[in-house]
Amino acid sequence: MDAIILQILNGLDKGSAYALIALGLTLIFGTLGVVNFAHGALFMIGAFCAVTLSKILSISFETIDPTQQDFLGNPLVVKTPYVHAWFGPEFGASLIDWAVPLSILFSIPIMIGIGFIMERGLIKHFYKREHADQILVTFGLAIVLQELVKYFFGANPIPTGAPDALTGAFDFGVFLGFDANTVIYPYWRLVYFFFSALVIGGVFAFLQFTTFGMVVRAGMADRETVGLLGINIDRRFTIMFGIAAAVAGLAGVMYAPINSPNYHMGMDFLVLSFVVVVVGGMGSLPGAVAAGFLLGVLESFASMNEVKSLLPGIDQIIIYLVAIIILLTRPRGLMGRKGVMEE
Amino acid sequence: MSKTTMTRRGVLKTGAVAGAGVALPTIFTASSAAAYTNEPTGSTVKFGFNVPQTGPYADEGMDELRAQELAVEHINGMGDGGALNTFSSKALGGDGVLGKKVEFVTGDTQTKSDAARASAKSMIEKDGVVMINGGSSSGVAVAVQGLCQEAGIIFMAGLTHSNDTTGKDRKANGFRHFFNAYMSAAALAPVLSKEYGTDRRAYHLTADYTWGWTQQESIAAATEAMGWETVNNVLTPLAATDFSSYIAPVLNSGADVLVLNHYGGNMVNSLTNAIQFGLRDKVVNGKQFEIVVPLYSELMAAGAGENIKGVYGSMNWNWQLQDEGTKAFVQSFGKKYGRPPSNSAQTCYAQTLLYADAVARAGSFNPCAVAEALEGFEFDGLGNGPTLYRADDHQCFKDVLVMKGRDNPTNEYDTLEVVEKTPVDQVTYAADHAMFGGAEASLGTCNPGA
Repeated sequence: MDAIILQILNGLDKGSAYALIALGLTLIFGTLGVVNFAHGALFMIGAFCAVTLSKILSISFETIDPTQQDFLGNPLVVKTPYVHAWFGPEFGASLIDWAVPLSILFSIPIMIGIGFIMERGLIKHFYKREHADQILVTFGLAIVLQELVKYFFGANPIPTGAPDALTGAFDFGVFLGFDANTVIYPYWRLVYFFFSALVIGGVFAFLQFTTFGMVVRAGMADRETVGLLGINIDRRFTIMFGIAAAVAGLAGVMYAPINSPNYHMGMDFLVLSFVVVVVGGMGSLPGAVAAGFLLGVLESFASMNEVKSLLPGIDQIIIYLVAIIILLTRPRGLMGRKGVMEE
Repeated sequence: MSKTTMTRRGVLKTGAVAGAGVALPTIFTASSAAAYTNEPTGSTVKFGFNVPQTGPYADEGMDELRAQELAVEHINGMGDGGALNTFSSKALGGDGVLGKKVEFVTGDTQTKSDAARASAKSMIEKDGVVMINGGSSSGVAVAVQGLCQEAGIIFMAGLTHSNDTTGKDRKANGFRHFFNAYMSAAALAPVLSKEYGTDRRAYHLTADYTWGWTQQESIAAATEAMGWETVNNVLTPLAATDFSSYIAPVLNSGADVLVLNHYGGNMVNSLTNAIQFGLRDKVVNGKQFEIVVPLYSELMAAGAGENIKGVYGSMNWNWQLQDEGTKAFVQSFGKKYGRPPSNSAQTCYAQTLLYADAVARAGSFNPCAVAEALEGFEFDGLGNGPTLYRADDHQCFKDVLVMKGRDNPTNEYDTLEVVEKTPVDQVTYAADHAMFGGAEASLGTCNPGA
C-alpha cells in the first residue's frame, strides 16, 4: 500500500510537468492552429532563467589571498558575490539561496517576450502553411534555441538547488498512519505539484472569468465569426502565445532543482508532451491536464519492480501503449472536440 | 559521319561499372600500393581524434580535444613538453614522430555508435589518419575499435570503462589505457567494507547498456565477496531523466546502500533524485543509509553539485595527484587552458603520447609493428605510476583511485578528494577471467590493412 501511495505521489509530480507543458501546447494549438515543436525548448529556457538569475546573483569580485594557492601554485583568487557586499553576508546568502523561487518573477516577462518574438517574428508566417511545414520550422527553431543555450552555458548539467528550507523530504508515512520512513517525499516536489496546480488553475480562471478569456475561447471555437464581430483576434492570440510560453517557462523554472538543467532537457519532455496532448484530445485544455496526470501516474506504476518483473521493459513503452489503446478506442482522445485536425 | 548507338542496357552497365569504381573505398585502392593502411609518405603524419563534440558529452569531448592538441604540441617539440619530460621512455625527441610532424583531424562521435563509426571512417578514408583516439562511451569504443580492426588502423581508446572493450570485444588493433568496471569494483569494495562494514544490503540501479551491465556485475561480485548482500538490481532506460519512480521503492526494500551504476547525465539525475528523497539522512537496519557511485568524472561531480558530498566512487586519474608526471601535465594543461584537466583528458593525452612513442620505438607506422611495441610495454611518468600494457588483452594495469565527494570544496574544481590509491596488484585479473569473455575471448590477429 505504501509503495502504491509513493508511486501515485511520483506520478502526480511527473504529471504536473507533463500537464503544464501540454497545457501550453494545447493553448497554442487551440488558438493559433500551430503544432509548436519548440515548446520543449521554452520549458528548457525557463529552467535556464533560474540558472541565469542564480548566476547573476552570484556575480563576484575577486580578491587575492596570498596565504592559499590555486592548482597551478599561484596565489588563490577568492570570489565574493557582490550581493554579500551590498546587502550583508546573511541577506546576500539567502538571496542566492532563494534564486529559483525569485526566478518566477524574473522569468515571466522574459518568457512572454520570447513568446511574442517567436510568434511575431517567425511562426505567424506559417499560419496558412501545412502542419508539416509548421512542425519542421518549429523543430528547427527548437534546435537553434538549444544550441544557443549550449553555446552560452555548455553541455554539462548545471546544479541549481532549491532553497535550503525546502530541501529534504516529508514523512507522509507518519502523516497517514504508516511506519516512519515508509512513505517519504521531497518537499520541493510537493512544492512543484502545488505550484503546477496553481498555474493550471490560474490559466483556467483567466480563460473562464475574464472578458479577454471569453473572447479567446470564442475565437478557439469560431475564429471567423469573432473576427467578423470586429474583434482583433490575432492580437489576442499573440498574447495567448506569450502566456503559453510563460506557462512552459514557469514549469521549467521550478523544475531546475529537481534535475540539474541541461540544454536538451526540453527535447526529453517534448515527445511525451505531444503524446499527452493527443491522448487528452487535440485542442482540449482539460484533456491535456487530465492526460498529463494520468500518464504521469501510469508511468510511475510501470516503473514498480513488481510490474517490471511481470512485463520487462514496460516502463519504457507504457505511455505509447496507452496512447495506442486510447486512440483505437477514442480516436479524438479523452476529451477531444469534433472537428479539430479533422479537415 | 559516325553514329553512336546507345542502348538502355549499355548505359546501365557503364553506369554500374563507373559507380562501383567511384564507390570503392579509397582504403582498398590506396593501400594496394602501400605496406599498410595510410602509410605516411610526406613530411607529416595525421592522427584522428574522434570525440563527442555535440550532444550531452560535448564538454567531456572538448576536454579530451584540449589534451590531444596539447599532446600533439609536445610531440612536435612545442610548449613546455609536459609529461614527455617525465615519461620513462625517451624515444620521442620533440621533433615529431620518425621525423614527421604530427597533424591532426577531429571527428564528432555524438556519443552514438553509428555517428562515431561514420566519423572514424571518414578520417581513415578521406584524411588518411594512422590512428584513432578518443571517445566517451563504451558503446562507441567497441564500435570504433571494430572498425579500426577492419580498416587496419590502431585504435587508442579514450574514456571507456566497460569490461567488454578489452574483454569479450577485445581486438588486436585496439588498446585501452583507461581502467575498467572490474578494477573500479576491486578497488572500491575493500574501502566500502572498511567504511560501511561487511554486513550491508545493497540495492542497484543500473543503466541498461553494455557498460551498466558489466559495472553492476563487477561491483556486485566484489561487494558480495566482502559479505554484502545484493537485494535487487533494477535496470533503468538510458534515456531516463527522472529517477524518482526507481528510487522510491528503495526505501521499503530493506536495503541500506544504493549503488548507482550510472554515468553522465543519468548519474547526475539519479544521485540528485536520491538526495532529494533524503536517502542519506535515513537510518536503515540500524545503519546510516549510504550511496555509492562506482565511476566518477570531474564533469559529473560538477553537474551533481553539493549532492556528491561524502559519496564514494573511483577514477582512473585525478589532477590532485602529486607525482611528477601528473604535476608536469597539470602545469602544462593549466597554463594553456586555465583549468585542471579531467581524467578523460588525461587518458587521451597519455594514449596519444603512448602511440607516438610506440611508433618511434618500432621505427614504423605499420600498425602491427606499433601493436607489438605496445604489447607488454612497461612505463612510468605519465601520471598513473608504473603501468603495464598487457599483451594478452591490450589493457593497461596501474593503480586505481578511490574518490569521495569533498565536504568543503575550496574552488569549483575541488569537488572530489583522493581517498586511496589502490595498488595495481589488487585490481589485476587473469586475461581469461569470466567477466572478460573467459577462455574464448581472443584478440584475433593484427590487421595492417594492406
